[in-house]
Amino acid sequence: MSTDLATETARTAPQARTGMSRRTIGNVVLGVVLLTVPLWLPLVGGYTDLASRVLIYALAAMGLNLLLGFTGGLSFGHAAYFGLGAYGVGLMLKYETHSLFLALGVGTLVGGLAATLLGPIAVRRRGIYFSMITIAIGQMFYFIAIRWNTLTGGYDGLSGFARPKFAGPGHLLSMGPTGMYYLVLAAFAIAALLLWIVLNAPLGHAFVAIRENHKRLTFLGVSTQRYIAISFAISGFIAALAGGLNALLDGFASPNLLNYSMSGDFLIIAVLGGMRNFYGPLAGAVIFVLVRDYVSSVTDNWMSVIGLVFVVSVIFFPMGVLGFFNRKSGS
Amino acid sequence: MSLLVLNDVGRRFGALQALSGISLSVEAGELRAIIGPNGAGKTTLFNLISGYFPPTDGSIVFGGEPITAGTPTALVKRGIIRTFQITEIFLSLTVRENLRVAVETAMGLNLRPWISAAVRTVVMNQVENLAEIVRITAKLDRVAGELSHGDQRVVEIGIVLAKSPKLLLLDEPTAGMGDEETHHMTDLIRRLNKDQGITMLFVEHDMAIVFGIADRITVLDNGRMLAEGNATEIAANPRVQAAYLGHAA
Ligand SMILES: Nc1ncnc2c1ncn2[C@@H]1O[C@H](COP(=O)(O)OP(=O)(O)OP(=O)(O)O)[C@@H](O)[C@H]1O
Ligand SMILES: [Mg+2]
Repeated sequence: MSTDLATETARTAPQARTGMSRRTIGNVVLGVVLLTVPLWLPLVGGYTDLASRVLIYALAAMGLNLLLGFTGGLSFGHAAYFGLGAYGVGLMLKYETHSLFLALGVGTLVGGLAATLLGPIAVRRRGIYFSMITIAIGQMFYFIAIRWNTLTGGYDGLSGFARPKFAGPGHLLSMGPTGMYYLVLAAFAIAALLLWIVLNAPLGHAFVAIRENHKRLTFLGVSTQRYIAISFAISGFIAALAGGLNALLDGFASPNLLNYSMSGDFLIIAVLGGMRNFYGPLAGAVIFVLVRDYVSSVTDNWMSVIGLVFVVSVIFFPMGVLGFFNRKSGS
Repeated sequence: MSLLVLNDVGRRFGALQALSGISLSVEAGELRAIIGPNGAGKTTLFNLISGYFPPTDGSIVFGGEPITAGTPTALVKRGIIRTFQITEIFLSLTVRENLRVAVETAMGLNLRPWISAAVRTVVMNQVENLAEIVRITAKLDRVAGELSHGDQRVVEIGIVLAKSPKLLLLDEPTAGMGDEETHHMTDLIRRLNKDQGITMLFVEHDMAIVFGIADRITVLDNGRMLAEGNATEIAANPRVQAAYLGHAA
């Protein structure tokens, strides 16, 4: 039922079904591929920062996808939490600390708490109204970032911070692209593992049941709004962590990170890769970042190419790229 | 003391008086059929009792306590569980997963972000139990959406049974079923009532089933109560005959 990489069935939260050993093999292969990126990526013409970007976007989209694909809530505002994570890390490093982990922790906390506090407002409505509220809330942060020039740098974005150096043997070590990549990979692996555990637990089952039929669950006595809010909060924390890593990668935070077009990018990534699929967002991020990187070196109009890829893939692989492979390898 | 009492209950939708003057009581352990022509207000009655929306008139008492404007979740806590006229299950999940989330809900586990092997085993055993009771064990690993209409109905009953209902409301449980499925469902309703002692209200159009298994029958017509009694009384009631013949014509 599952492919090597696509360990999640197209329908439901992960659960040990038939393909346990294939799933394990798939995870090992994926692990080896990701761990050896700095070794093989240059051989195929890539560069390590590009792989970091893929994983950061995959992480954000995976977080978003907990809400979108597994809980059935279409948020157009997750860039806000991504962006808050980025600004949180940037501001911490610029003004407060030289500790990478403290900065990353604070950034994640700021974005995650924002989602925790604001999610309950959005989940009071369902469907299109929910989505509209998420946009409105998200844009609020975008405009704050633009207006609060003195703190955020306004339209120009926040600069003047960099990845802190580490205490090495006798001198300070700076963190190059390879170190950065492994930091991102570690964050990605931990977040993916936690998500996997949640999706295999009653909480994840409740999320999926809400996606499937919130009325049935309500009439079993479950306050579904509360669970959507929890999903929203978790996905916000993950998006914020991704945003914080993005700030570390760039040494810069742009207000565009908070904008709804960025939320749209994460949605495209999740849907492109397969939103019912655990690793769908990773597949989507690979495609999205590679297309963007390659096409933007040829033309400024890379977004229309992404759009074309998206439209074609939604028409031909409605379950996303991994959903398509799932089906092929299924019965 | 009656388990469920409705006092002069009514429900208006704008200008439409969908139900009015409904007074009835259901004893614990009773198997009560609600019958009536299309649009009589049967589903509306279930919606009022289960908290889908509140009545616009009258009061509802359950287990001696007023529940008139209770929310669905509050009423479920009291033990009032329902199925729907159009089956409401988790279509893209397997039967096992459908039952599993119901069992986890019943066990109060929903908020747990992880689960121990021991608890998982308890959950899965309960899932197997439910599957045995409703006789869907052979299809536990099938995707619910791919099952026949009748099997989906059975799955919904399995889901609601997980909550150990005190009062079970079944809205047309045999609608659209073939003979064999109907027989299976009728047998299931009878077993749940007789063996497990679950008090039940069920809406049913098939008179053979109604007369065959119901302890008492409430007849609705056009939002009003037309009659109430046992099978013999209802079959002999001229007003019921008139209503049914009238609508059948
Ligand atoms: N939410 C609602 N809003 C407006 N009108 C409603 C609503 N629910 C029911 N009605 C109306 O109330 C009346 C009774 O409907 P109800 O669904 O209770 O009938 P029923 O006896 O269940 O019929 P059926 O046998 O067709 O299921 C109908 O005229 C229906 O159109
Ligand atoms: Mg009805």
